[in-house]
Amino acid sequence: MSEHSSYTPGNAVEKWLDDRLPVVRFAKEHLMDFPTPKNLNYWWTFGAILVMCLGVQIVTGVILAMHYTPNVGLAFDSVEHIRRDVNGGRIIQAVHAVGASMFFVALYIHMFRGLFYGSYKAPREIIWILGVLIFILTVATAFMGYILPWGQMSFWGATVISNIFSAIPVVGENIKQLVLGGFAVGNPTLNRFFSLHYLLPFVIAAIVGLHIWALHVPGNNNPIGVEVKESRDTVPFHPYYTMKDLFAMVVFMIPFAWFVFFAPDILGHPDNYIMANSQVTPAHIVPEWYLLPFYTILRAIDFNVLFIDSKLGGVIAMGGALVMLLIVPWLDTSKVRSGSFRPLFKWFYWLFVINFVALTYLGAQPAEAPYTHLAKLCTAYYFLYFLVILPVLSRIETPKPLPTSISESVLGKAHA
Amino acid sequence: MIGAKTMFKTKIIIAAFAALAGFAGLPAMAAEDSHATPHIERQGWSFAGIFGTYDVHQLQRGFQVFREVCSSCHSANLISFRNLSEEGGPDFSEAQVKALAAEYEVEDATAEGGRRPGVAADRWPAPFANDQEARDANGGSLPPDFSVLAKARGVTDPFPNWVFNYFTGYQEGGADYIHALLNGYHEEAPEGFELAEGKYYNDYFPGKAIGMAPPLAEGSVTYEPGEDGVAVPETLEQYSSDVAAFMMWMAEPHLVSRKQTGFVVLLFLVLFAGLMYGTKRKLWAGIEH
Repeated sequence: MSEHSSYTPGNAVEKWLDDRLPVVRFAKEHLMDFPTPKNLNYWWTFGAILVMCLGVQIVTGVILAMHYTPNVGLAFDSVEHIRRDVNGGRIIQAVHAVGASMFFVALYIHMFRGLFYGSYKAPREIIWILGVLIFILTVATAFMGYILPWGQMSFWGATVISNIFSAIPVVGENIKQLVLGGFAVGNPTLNRFFSLHYLLPFVIAAIVGLHIWALHVPGNNNPIGVEVKESRDTVPFHPYYTMKDLFAMVVFMIPFAWFVFFAPDILGHPDNYIMANSQVTPAHIVPEWYLLPFYTILRAIDFNVLFIDSKLGGVIAMGGALVMLLIVPWLDTSKVRSGSFRPLFKWFYWLFVINFVALTYLGAQPAEAPYTHLAKLCTAYYFLYFLVILPVLSRIETPKPLPTSISESVLGKAHA
Repeated sequence: MIGAKTMFKTKIIIAAFAALAGFAGLPAMAAEDSHATPHIERQGWSFAGIFGTYDVHQLQRGFQVFREVCSSCHSANLISFRNLSEEGGPDFSEAQVKALAAEYEVEDATAEGGRRPGVAADRWPAPFANDQEARDANGGSLPPDFSVLAKARGVTDPFPNWVFNYFTGYQEGGADYIHALLNGYHEEAPEGFELAEGKYYNDYFPGKAIGMAPPLAEGSVTYEPGEDGVAVPETLEQYSSDVAAFMMWMAEPHLVSRKQTGFVVLLFLVLFAGLMYGTKRKLWAGIEH
């Protein structure tokens, strides 16, 4: 992307450095001069917000790890020690715990934005695939992080979810034992989850680097989905989008701070203030809210299909719900990117959003009628949307006429 | 026109936030007790809400109830004597705490005879050496530790009431539950309810049969009159509110400073966001977008 570079080394030292390691040139090209469509709306700020979230989790997490003890006898009290006795510990701990939820709020908004504006379509398939990988790794990291305070929900959540592995035919039981480091959730589990919970965020950060790299090859999609045609369609990333993203980050911090300071425990479960006890099973075991849609899909398959029993069926459905996202660019073949110009797509899209909310709600409900029926219905729509509706719509829908360029579109809007 | 459109989109984003924040409450919903627990009333806690602070006198009375009644069976392993004189708590003086600690004997392998008088830095002494001893002394039931108990209990509001909790920051369900539990005893189980030997009937306890005998009754703790000379009622209602407040303090000793900091942080963020918005608008003013 060196064609965007307007960098000329200012002095001999900069010139010397530029000839050997052009980091300043790189930063100028990609963080400042990078041409960005001028019509991006606020839904596009969530990428920057997510970078902030990852940074916040890593910084607070590193500090928490200095005071945390990964041992079944000490972990619960060490978290309380952080809250009670470590300087600033109660805020750092609350930021980390609330931060996980805020991370997923931003992550889901970011993904739904991509789904509406067709940001996964050529030539941006790799950006989308890397994003899905980031999402799956973040789910894994958050899940393992929730085990660390060693409360009742930590323990029983880990027990329920690790049972997923035992559904895999033949090798399942062995995989489960490898994951847990034993026959049941115990000290080895806590230790390996702590280790992986520390490792994975750095893997995520690396993939985020690739995600942004892949973004900087074709450049941003935009709300009308028409590619950038000329330089007047764009503005340099700095100061226009650095300013807009910073503003959005500060706004995002307001609900974030609200939860941290006024309701730090409201996003968690009271049972996690009871130390893990393998002898006492909580009345209802529920994962964290951000995992609920996929938990619903897991539970929705409560019937056998041919030789696949319900347990394996649920695991296949849940895994499929995530893995299927990888092939979305090839399921939706419509040439029009933006949902704004697709009259039929819009309806199915918003129904999909409502359906996803319903899946979240149902994941927290007991496994009894009518919830189990609704769960099946919502799970069916989740899969239908990707596997049937998107491919069929691509063929039968007549999109609205597209503006010829971004500049024409924004000028038309201004004079409307 | 551009402004109106931007506003509209911003509104959608705010609504999306509110909706997503709402879902966060779903796990709590699932904790709903299926054994038809009667509705638990919210108490007017002084520490609820964004300006909430503990009532020092109430904490001191709650401590008295805890010390004279609860602590004979319940431990509070995460609480040190020194916490009682720390800011935002019952506000005892350091001298009072020192004298209080000295009244207790604590185990110390390095002391002569293995025991010595307590100091402010010691943890609150547990009534039993281990869980088994505690069970043996309590008819098989284990009295839970009090350190974070007020946060380990909660009240589930029916939809849509729980949604509002995210906007009011109401997190006092644990104290409400403890208050209700202490007032929820019946002398006799209702007809048809099999109450096991050594159990007591309580409306609010899951399964209704609780191992703890009614711990408090009218007049069981003698309160000193308040500074203004007005006597505090020595009723079950008063005791249970006081001890629930004290337990909330034990679970969340830094609640007051947390909320005070939060107020400053939020005020800053709102003002800062306003300035950022102004800057952003000015910067973008010349760009058709």
